[in-house]
Amino acid sequence: MAASKKWLPYLLVSPYLLFVVVFVLFPVLFCFFLTFNKWNIIAPMHFIGIENYRHLFNDKLFWLAIYNTLKFLLLHIPLQLIVSLLLAELLNKHIKAKSFFRASFFMPVIVSGVVVTILWQQLLGVDSGIINRLLTSIGLAKVGWLVNPDIAIYSIAIMATWKNIGLYVILFLVGLQTVPPQYYEAAKLEGATRWQQFYHITLPMINPTIFMVVILSTIGGFSLFIEPYILTGGGPMNQTLSAVLYIYKQAFQYYNMGYSATLGFFYALIIMTVVILQKKFIEKEE
Amino acid sequence: MKKRFSVGRILMYAVLLIAAISFIYPFIWMIGASLAPMNEIGTMNLFPSHPTFSNFKTMLAKIPITRSLFNSLFVALSTTFLVLITASTVGYALAKMKFRGRQFIFYVIVFTMSLPFQITLIPNYITMINLHFVDTFLALIIPFSVSAFAILMFRQAFQGLPQALIDAARLDGCNELGIIFRILWPNIKPTIITVAILVFIGSWNEVLWPLIVIRNENLMTMPQLVTLFAVGGRADAQLGVKIAAAVLLALPVMIAFLFFQKYFIQSMASTGLKD
Repeated sequence: MAASKKWLPYLLVSPYLLFVVVFVLFPVLFCFFLTFNKWNIIAPMHFIGIENYRHLFNDKLFWLAIYNTLKFLLLHIPLQLIVSLLLAELLNKHIKAKSFFRASFFMPVIVSGVVVTILWQQLLGVDSGIINRLLTSIGLAKVGWLVNPDIAIYSIAIMATWKNIGLYVILFLVGLQTVPPQYYEAAKLEGATRWQQFYHITLPMINPTIFMVVILSTIGGFSLFIEPYILTGGGPMNQTLSAVLYIYKQAFQYYNMGYSATLGFFYALIIMTVVILQKKFIEKEE
Repeated sequence: MKKRFSVGRILMYAVLLIAAISFIYPFIWMIGASLAPMNEIGTMNLFPSHPTFSNFKTMLAKIPITRSLFNSLFVALSTTFLVLITASTVGYALAKMKFRGRQFIFYVIVFTMSLPFQITLIPNYITMINLHFVDTFLALIIPFSVSAFAILMFRQAFQGLPQALIDAARLDGCNELGIIFRILWPNIKPTIITVAILVFIGSWNEVLWPLIVIRNENLMTMPQLVTLFAVGGRADAQLGVKIAAAVLLALPVMIAFLFFQKYFIQSMASTGLKD
């Protein structure tokens, strides 16, 4: 009985241990191993040393994909923060139909990215798209949302923001509710304006939520895939080619498994570095 | 302080209303467009003057969409079931048992949560080939059957329960599995619902992985099938048909959301509230 008690906890955690070995530990090591090999799955692997890494550093398309992903993040993160914080701040007041507003903001969050992308493909069409019709009806020029190489990635960023805002509104609402109302009452007595209250009380108090939103949308943004895959296939002129889409194409269109693994490995290092830097920055701020 | 109808308040409602419309209008337009005959799509009209199911009929004739609906349901339900079981046993051991390596396992779980999936994507595909999982549902279920996030949620829920509950059950001769699923489960219903919703939605909406491991059209999940339909030439640039596919994909989740709105919102909010 005593002996069986000893291994019982290990038996209970065994599903996780098995999972970690098969789907985390082995893949990470195997990925690292693959980065030194050339392999198209069918023919035998052969060792090529650091050739994949050399290729990676000279691969203009990969760096363009990284650059595109960064451009995406540069619009996505601030837009996400500002709009969701604004809406959460409004919802946090005593207003009617609060649950209606909350639910409507949340609708795109739960629906598949595939649906959202197909939907926005119609909204963003040059001639028949609703947004351009709206623009021309008030006398503005049509915009080539997805066909103009200079703005296509930003159109995708706006779409991705639209999809996720509801989630961040909820996170901010939770954050805003942790601010003690006495703070605002005291500030009001001191004659602080709405803006001063927001800047000096709300913002510092919800700092943790802000950083959480930044980190979550960074990680989400770095895995940008299905939107450009459906909308543009990475075009026009590779301007919406995201890093994950490029990794996918290298593996499953060109069957460069070794090289694709190298890209994945290197890209994961970039993501982890960015997230760690963000966390460091947060701790410093706090 | 009775200023119910100040300019600020009206402005506030205006902003909220515009936001709400911008989130809902596209979905309503989508449903309208799916019922519209070809020549009416792309107008600003919300509802077509001559509604028809022809878009849906064309789509049903072209792709096995009903089949994919059941595939998705089966995959998402199996995944959810397995995650609930594994997260319970692992979470229970971490929360309520003392053993060597417990802290270490906890750190490993936290670490694996922050590991980007891009690093394991290709090797996991190779593993699927070697296990002969490619083109079977196992490829869609097994790699998602254990979730670090779910384990942490269950660990936290179990930690909040009194030890006396467990001791009393042990005295009654209950074994550990009985303790977890018969004694403790009824006490952590909110956690079970939260995890179930998150895992189900995650599995239902996953596209990248099915695109990699499933090639047989009869085994495809719904989002995968709709994606390939949308990017491939088979919709013949017929907008209405494409939109009809999107509507069918969105509808189950939207209906579930309307009924269980509160749970959905709470669950999703908890994704940001780790530890």
